Amino acid sequence: MLGRVQVPAQVKKGEPFEIRVLVQHPMETGFRRDMGGQAVPMNIVDKLVCRIGGREVFRAELGTGIAANPYLSFHAVAEQSGPVEVEWSDDRGERGRATALVNVA
Amino acid sequence: MAGDVAVRRRRFLVAGGAAIAAGALPAAAQQRFQPAHDIAPLLQKLTGGRAAERGGIEVELPQVAENGNSVPLRIRVTSPMTAQDHVSVLHVIAERNPRPLVASFHLGPQSGKAEVATRVRLAGTQKVTVLAALSDGGFRVAEVEVLVTSAACLDESL
Repeated sequence: MLGRVQVPAQVKKGEPFEIRVLVQHPMETGFRRDMGGQAVPMNIVDKLVCRIGGREVFRAELGTGIAANPYLSFHAVAEQSGPVEVEWSDDRGERGRATALVNVA
Repeated sequence: MAGDVAVRRRRFLVAGGAAIAAGALPAAAQQRFQPAHDIAPLLQKLTGGRAAERGGIEVELPQVAENGNSVPLRIRVTSPMTAQDHVSVLHVIAERNPRPLVASFHLGPQSGKAEVATRVRLAGTQKVTVLAALSDGGFRVAEVEVLVTSAACLDESL
């Protein structure tokens, strides 16, 4: 599952910075009907977690009320340069991950 | 889009609990929309029965959302975000959505700042509630009315 994570080019040690994630996913609610009148089955990204230096800094439980191609912005602090890892999964067990490197001044 | 900037408003809910009036809708228009669920039981479940204080949460939502399938939402909670005093969870509830609990965001001292943004689906004009669970076991709540011209799930758009 495709997605990407963006962090600022440079951050100050211990100072909160914004992490932005965008996942490619239809986030089917289960309420839509196709051309034949059949309900399109529910299929959503329901879990997302962000780790910095292996430590969890953010976790989200998403429902059908999150728009398609889920966008999330949250904040974190980092003590040293390294990867910001985001992983997510949907209700069918499909998984995705994206990483960005944060440069701590 | 330039138009969005003009209609976007930031609503601050102060301790006085100012209520935002979306404006009266004609009765006929009201009937087109899904009726609002009673979210009190859901809130009770999330707070474990504890009372939630108003204030300290800033909820940024457009006053008018042209497309209910994607409505930008930003939440800011005033909190030092230290190990002793931080926001642990933010819940977003949309009373008219078929599933009112939209999302739960888990934060902690590593967040540094209690600020989260996303895009939500709103099934019609309604009140959006944000409930913040604090590390000391307390809760804060804020509510904002959003006028949605094209409702998610009800109006056939994508």
